[in-house]
Amino acid sequence: MQNMLTVVANTLKGGAKINGSRVVVSARSFADLTPQASFDIKRCDLHRLDEGPSVQTVLTREDGLRYYRTMQTVRRMELKADQLYKQKIIRGFCHLYDGQEACAVGIEAGINPTDHLITAYRVHGYTYTRGVSVKEILAELTGRKGGIAKGKGGSMHMYAKNFYGGNGIVGAQVPLGAGVALACQYQAKNEVCVTLYGDGAANQGQIFEAFNMAALWKLPCIFICENNKYGMGTSVERASASTDYYKRGDYIPGLRVDGMDVLSVREATRFAADYCRYGKGPILMELQTYRYHGHSMSDPGVSYRTRDEIQEVRGKSDPITMLKDRMISNNMASLEEIKDIDAEIRKEIEEAAQFATSDPEPPLEDLCNHIFFNDTPFEVRGTSPWVKLKSIS
Amino acid sequence: MAYLRSILRSGKNAVPAVLRREFHRTLPAAVQVTVRDAIKEALDEELERDERVFLLGEEVALFEGAYKVTRGLWKKYGDKRIIDTPITEIGFTGIAVGAAMAGLRPVVEYMSFNFSMQSVDHIINSAAKTYYMSGGLQPVSIVFRGPNGAAPGVAAQHAQCFAAWYGHVPGLKVVSPWSAEDAKGLLKSAIRDDNPVVFLENEIMYSVPFEMSEESQSKDFLIPIGKAKIERKGNHVTLVSHSHVVSRCMDAAAVLAKDGIECEVINLRTIRPMDMEAIETSVMKTKHLITVEGGWPQFGVGGEILARIMEGPGFSYLNAPAVRVTGVDIPMPYAKHLEENTLPQIKDIVFSVKKTLNV
Repeated sequence: MQNMLTVVANTLKGGAKINGSRVVVSARSFADLTPQASFDIKRCDLHRLDEGPSVQTVLTREDGLRYYRTMQTVRRMELKADQLYKQKIIRGFCHLYDGQEACAVGIEAGINPTDHLITAYRVHGYTYTRGVSVKEILAELTGRKGGIAKGKGGSMHMYAKNFYGGNGIVGAQVPLGAGVALACQYQAKNEVCVTLYGDGAANQGQIFEAFNMAALWKLPCIFICENNKYGMGTSVERASASTDYYKRGDYIPGLRVDGMDVLSVREATRFAADYCRYGKGPILMELQTYRYHGHSMSDPGVSYRTRDEIQEVRGKSDPITMLKDRMISNNMASLEEIKDIDAEIRKEIEEAAQFATSDPEPPLEDLCNHIFFNDTPFEVRGTSPWVKLKSIS
Repeated sequence: MAYLRSILRSGKNAVPAVLRREFHRTLPAAVQVTVRDAIKEALDEELERDERVFLLGEEVALFEGAYKVTRGLWKKYGDKRIIDTPITEIGFTGIAVGAAMAGLRPVVEYMSFNFSMQSVDHIINSAAKTYYMSGGLQPVSIVFRGPNGAAPGVAAQHAQCFAAWYGHVPGLKVVSPWSAEDAKGLLKSAIRDDNPVVFLENEIMYSVPFEMSEESQSKDFLIPIGKAKIERKGNHVTLVSHSHVVSRCMDAAAVLAKDGIECEVINLRTIRPMDMEAIETSVMKTKHLITVEGGWPQFGVGGEILARIMEGPGFSYLNAPAVRVTGVDIPMPYAKHLEENTLPQIKDIVFSVKKTLNV
């Protein structure tokens, strides 16, 4: 907040200098704004790599605004989900992503839409960056027929083209992702698969099995550990004998990245994608990030960490604020325009929430559908022998 | 323990010999093919037909298969399509399912379905449920195959039958072939099916030769999943079985025939979806039902069949309670005599039939 006031004051002062009178910010035309700027980003810790991603990156105004818009949309969408959950309109499991936006947005910025991605259950952000609308995401959370999975999957089971969910079993998504990478290699299209997992999942045996086969067969797989410091209520120190997650791939090269800085994430992802796209094999990235909410909506998130810690991250490292400050202080965007974007997003989220609460639930006729793909319709036993239901592909 | 190819259809109640059934009357150009070779033919033909099909599993490539089922395939198709995996079942099953999600058509071999227990999470949670959970967005075309159930002398950890476990799960198709024709036609159907199929072979059957009709030698010979086959017609009692136990039912039927009891032997072929119509039609005719399986009794395949008969039209036709003949409810012992007495023997089936018919 302090930062923002300073920036606004500076801008106004600037205007005053030029004209000799107070100039309102909104009068400034976009032609005065810087089209792109170069930014320093943190050097990554490296494992079995001689070189890492560049420590400087160029951000265009257009990209910056897009990243801002996307991160802010994810943030607002997750906060709306929080609200809907507290109103009991969303039920069951709901794992929110606010705080980690730079990861999803930075990764998407570093790969192509034709690349592939799979993650675990904290998935709403990735569902959005992979192309599903807020409307379809919220409607899936509220279990309506307009949801991306027609209301049959819920929070953890959302899918899209080149996006494989949404997986509820911790760690299972990692061999699956390596399998998608195998398919990429098999079909020789120079595509990669980004396979995400958390610090909690990082100790799963099947992840090491996947590492082994990925390295053995040189699969184009970017393994990414989103380390948000807590696996549910267990801090990394209490769960892992080694918390250097970027080194846990052993023979797989790794890098540790500031996951709160969307530009760092983008640069690192570009680096990783370049590495593994053309046959060098898998690579591992650890994104150091943070979640503001608890593990899920049933976890207030303060029994295993302090409110001070949460506040400190919000104040010093919030990914959205960081990007906005960078852009404003480098004259790449105006406050007005940021405000406009915020307003648009608010409207979009409201409309999506409206849809998600008014769309009807899937009809009972849909109960037994989608068991098999491309199959003839068949009978499904209901709750008693007299109840015969029908399943259509 | 391969069945001997001897010609004992005489009235002798002999010895360990297995009676060779006369399958069809001389059809032109029928050949003798072992179940193992039939499976291999199916794999070969489907690999040739569709670029997206590939095999993975332990020792499937260079070693030519732990049971030599995949002999010659690696030499023909190479590293890309026949993949040797490290001994990491949950890992390679997950990888196979992921590859299927991305559009390939993997065939996963388990050296024994007992090892698939490590992979069950992927078979069920990543494969079987996904098309449903995604509201129809994400199909998973994959086959899990390998020897299931009893094998001679392998003892408890290597002899469990998983038909009931996998048969329990919506979203899976579960196939359990008996003959060479079954194996070939059903495996081809399984590979062409766009859904997850668990294909339960049996080591005892691998070396058993069967006559295969000319029709079944065609590259497009398919047996539909979900249809049982009547291996032997009869009027007095219906025996329903699957996998290697079908052989025992056929042998028991031959023994009973000498006493004038004609058994109708149904080879289930598919555990899920089960062909209840075939069973019911038969029961309406014979009025007596016995299920015969190698697996454990509790919550087994036979239990499911009996429950459905109770709930369906077949019940009112029964003249006696339907019963199950199953493996003994114990882990499989090693000593030969103990092992023999853990699985349903011919005499057990004969005994059960006579009890049911009250003769």
